[in-house]
Amino acid sequence: MYTKKNSFLRGVSDVLPLMIPVVPFGIIFGAIGIELGFGPYITFATSIIIFSGASQIVIIQLLSAGASSIVAITSSSVVSTRHLLYGAVFNQYLNHLSIYWKLGLSYLLTDQAFAVSNEYFKENTENKFKHYHLIGSGLTLWLIWQFTTLIGIYLGSIVPDELGLTFTIPLTFLALLVNYFRKIDHLIVILISGLLSILFYDAPFKSYIIISSIFSLLVATILIRFKKK
Amino acid sequence: MSLWISIIVAGLINYLTRLGSVLIINPKRMSEKTKQVLNYVPSAVFPAIIFPAVFLDLNENLVRLNDPKVLSILVAFISGLITKNLIVTILSGLICFWILLFVIF
Repeated sequence: MYTKKNSFLRGVSDVLPLMIPVVPFGIIFGAIGIELGFGPYITFATSIIIFSGASQIVIIQLLSAGASSIVAITSSSVVSTRHLLYGAVFNQYLNHLSIYWKLGLSYLLTDQAFAVSNEYFKENTENKFKHYHLIGSGLTLWLIWQFTTLIGIYLGSIVPDELGLTFTIPLTFLALLVNYFRKIDHLIVILISGLLSILFYDAPFKSYIIISSIFSLLVATILIRFKKK
Repeated sequence: MSLWISIIVAGLINYLTRLGSVLIINPKRMSEKTKQVLNYVPSAVFPAIIFPAVFLDLNENLVRLNDPKVLSILVAFISGLITKNLIVTILSGLICFWILLFVIF
């Protein structure tokens, strides 16, 4: 039996393993904000207003390096464009909801919430409360992100640089993706996207993520056609 | 003040990227083929976050194949394939990374 409560709690428990990277990343962000001279209010507000680790780091680093507001906002927005793809996927599961639900759930649509709730949605299409899974995963990430930002702001870099904890970010995305490597068509898309991201790493406004994503989705389109024959 | 405005504008645009597709696209009018392509979104987006973080160093040069990051991601990958467990995958890679960093190198 699907209920609101068990869908929500499943979202919370599904996202818990991702706290291994999110906790140090939140602390690192809070500490960087203070180090770069943004002060506690702006640093904390950034975590609430933007609520996306990558976009937050990009904008405060560019602003503190003296880039114009336009360049900083553009880069942070280009980094965010991948969310358009997440939204397109989730739209298939959330379209029946009211506009208020959509406005609220969209705020919670981060990489990590997308990854875990997408797996749940695919396997539980008949659950009419499945959006509660996204609330569970998204809200957990939100609370931990705000809390760890505060820790970083007030305690500074209690996470030593030497531990190399930023390495947990690629580790997490690999862990989320590992099962897709078993399928040859997905493997091709993964390798092409990865190679392109290295090739286009210097592209303006940090556009390498969206360039690699769009191009490898085009490759996926061709692969689908190929599979049918 | 301009700092606040920059953060708020960036936040608004970021929110619109999350909301945009959810509001605009009507899944009933989406073709079967588009839905199939959307299955590849994780495989298309996540590698672009993984690869530069593993294979490029701080100066944006390619790292060597025996770099701790490359070896550790390989260990995480293999343990992920075997165990299919999120925590085991992340921790095995991280522990391997620390061993290489602090004990061997």
